[in-house]
Amino acid sequence: MTTRTTDNPGAATTAAPGPRPRLSHRHPMLAYLAKRLVITAGLLLGVTVLTFGLVQVVPGDPVTANLSDQALNDPAAVAAFRAKWGLDQPVYLQYWHYLQHLLSGDLGTSQQTGRAVVEDLLHYVPATMELAIPTMLLALLLGTGIGMLAAVRNGRLTDQLIRVGALLGLSTPPFWLSLVVLYLFFYQLGLSPSGGRLSPGFTPPDTVTGMYTVDAALSGQWELAWDAAQHLVLPVLVLTCLTVAILVRFVRSSMLEVLQHDYIKAAYAKGLPTSLVLRRHLLRAGLVPVITVSGLAFASLLSGTVLVENIFGWPGLGQYAYRSASALDLPAILGASLFVALVYTLVNLAVDLLYGLIDPRIRLQ
Amino acid sequence: MGALLDIDRLAVALPGPRGPLPILHDVSLTVGEGELVGIAGESGCGKSMTAQTVLGLLPPGAKTTGSARFDGRELLTLDRKGWQRVRGRGIAMVFQDPTAALHPMLTVGTQLTEHMRIHLGMNRKAAQRRAVDLLDQVRLPDPERALRAYPHQFSGGMRQRVAIAGALAAQPRLLIADEPTTALDVTVQAGILALLDRLRRDTGLAVAFITHDLGVLSALTARSYVFYAGRVVEAGPTGALLTGPRHPYTAALLGARPHGGQTGVALTPIPGSPPAPGELPPGCAFSTRCAHVRDECRTAVPPLHPAGPDRTSACVIRTELEVAA
Ligand SMILES: Nc1ncnc2c1ncn2[C@@H]1O[C@H](COP(=O)(O)OP(=O)(O)OP(=O)(O)O)[C@@H](O)[C@H]1O
Ligand code: SF4
Ligand SMILES: [Mg+2]
Repeated sequence: MTTRTTDNPGAATTAAPGPRPRLSHRHPMLAYLAKRLVITAGLLLGVTVLTFGLVQVVPGDPVTANLSDQALNDPAAVAAFRAKWGLDQPVYLQYWHYLQHLLSGDLGTSQQTGRAVVEDLLHYVPATMELAIPTMLLALLLGTGIGMLAAVRNGRLTDQLIRVGALLGLSTPPFWLSLVVLYLFFYQLGLSPSGGRLSPGFTPPDTVTGMYTVDAALSGQWELAWDAAQHLVLPVLVLTCLTVAILVRFVRSSMLEVLQHDYIKAAYAKGLPTSLVLRRHLLRAGLVPVITVSGLAFASLLSGTVLVENIFGWPGLGQYAYRSASALDLPAILGASLFVALVYTLVNLAVDLLYGLIDPRIRLQ
Repeated sequence: MGALLDIDRLAVALPGPRGPLPILHDVSLTVGEGELVGIAGESGCGKSMTAQTVLGLLPPGAKTTGSARFDGRELLTLDRKGWQRVRGRGIAMVFQDPTAALHPMLTVGTQLTEHMRIHLGMNRKAAQRRAVDLLDQVRLPDPERALRAYPHQFSGGMRQRVAIAGALAAQPRLLIADEPTTALDVTVQAGILALLDRLRRDTGLAVAFITHDLGVLSALTARSYVFYAGRVVEAGPTGALLTGPRHPYTAALLGARPHGGQTGVALTPIPGSPPAPGELPPGCAFSTRCAHVRDECRTAVPPLHPAGPDRTSACVIRTELEVAA
């Protein structure tokens, strides 16, 4: 509070022309975006090198690792596989083949499902997204609101209740919470379905996004959309509880830090109403550090949640990855890993862009 | 008929790890309508704390006794709504560190106009016009462009001028300027002081000017208060106070004053450092550093007593100093 400015007194004279020089960059946000995009492209290339490297270090013959027993007994299939991935060629050419296939959307064939891995992903990923998106939106809203309330009421009863609640949320095993809400809302109260994406008797809507609620609504099948939405409630509830618990702690400590700043005091000193100070001055600054952890939480939700998906019979990415891993289904494992890496890279890009959007100090650097 | 700001026997204690920590003791201070008053003292002596009390910005849990009246109304018992009316419009403040006091993510325009719109009921356009005007007055180049810029795009000195413009925005009656010229070079500093003086004459703005540089006060203020360890130790007309101090601490501060108009570097620093709150010696708080200390100084805190025309001093040897001068 009493820190004296560290500014060099000479700065006042040297910067006499005012803000002109830095403002003359016409589109600082575009330059920032371009920089981030280049970095993201580099990251993605790195990811492909990693997954390709994984294939190389898997012990044994890639043919036996990738083809099902049935296909192994078929010499034509084996020959086709060798030719397709250029297995008799040097490693860098193999990598080139691998990249070409990736770019054309070919991730190989899953040994388990016998379908193209890409097709599998197009089926499982939207199911996971249908949980992840509403969870994240709800968690952001609740996490920000509750975390801010705790910070403003620092040390008082409300704050202590919230902190205990967040700690409980963090230390509750997801599968246990899933079982509890299932027992309560399905078994005891009969308010919600037991699991799956749709009730028996309904057929999935035509695929547009792969998310049943959205697709059903798009085609005007309201009854179907309603049924799909009901199936979302419990898993989203469980995932939201966990995500909110994570966010509340971050939001609270970030807001507490911001509340210490002179600029919050200065805002009050101007006679602004509390609501305006909180909304305009506190929220904006307090959310910046929360962006990263929110991004990570979202990426982790998008990567699937094995236990929760399992209990609610939700055919999401977590289940797919889990089954592929236990069956040592290499193409499927690599496909899922590649997708998860892609998610983290893109979320990271989004986080960087949000930083630039919210914080002018980053944007106008 | 009281002064615009009338602080009377104010004491402030902050919550500490071992009970309340007294920060201010028995502070009495007035600022009249249209008067420029100086407040001086070393770092940590309670200047900012006094300012924050007057704006109701003390940390949570702070305990106050005594009274602080603004325009005849008691401040210390105001509720939230009451404070909102006083802050910005009645009393405005320029914070000590302009960089920290400006929001890094809001444009200068927003920060200059938001309280105008609330206090003066201006619309966006009118508020922006006034903001441009104010930035012009504090000699900020290219004010229109500045409204769209963010604080980090300015140098420290420019930010201080923006902060001063912001404090003046809602036409306050009293401006508390907490070391507003520390970050500025001498020419700009003189410009700011001239601006404050012009506002005082033209609009009747009252100013409480906080500084640790007594030289700044002589050019500007009619009366000054010298703080030490949370107390007023000497008060009186600035000129008389600077030419013939009636308290050894004021004299020591003057001795430590840099010469030649340069600010910031003490030439003859006072030996030792001020005692921390809660670790005050018995009796006069300055006794640990005073060249004139005698036994009676340590028995009781010397109260402020008259020491010449319109002057007071809290020192047992104030009359001897008077004779010596
Ligand atoms: N939040 C706080 N909790 C406890 N003590 C504090 C707090 N803020 C300030 N103090 C103490 O109160 C005393 C007075 O501080 P104040 O900020 O008023 O000093 P100042 O005269 O403005 O000094 P400076 O010239 O450094 O700004 C100091 O000793 C300081 O350490
Ligand atoms: S009271 Fe005594 S110790 Fe205090 S300033 Fe006066 S002479 Fe010095
Ligand atoms: Mg201070």
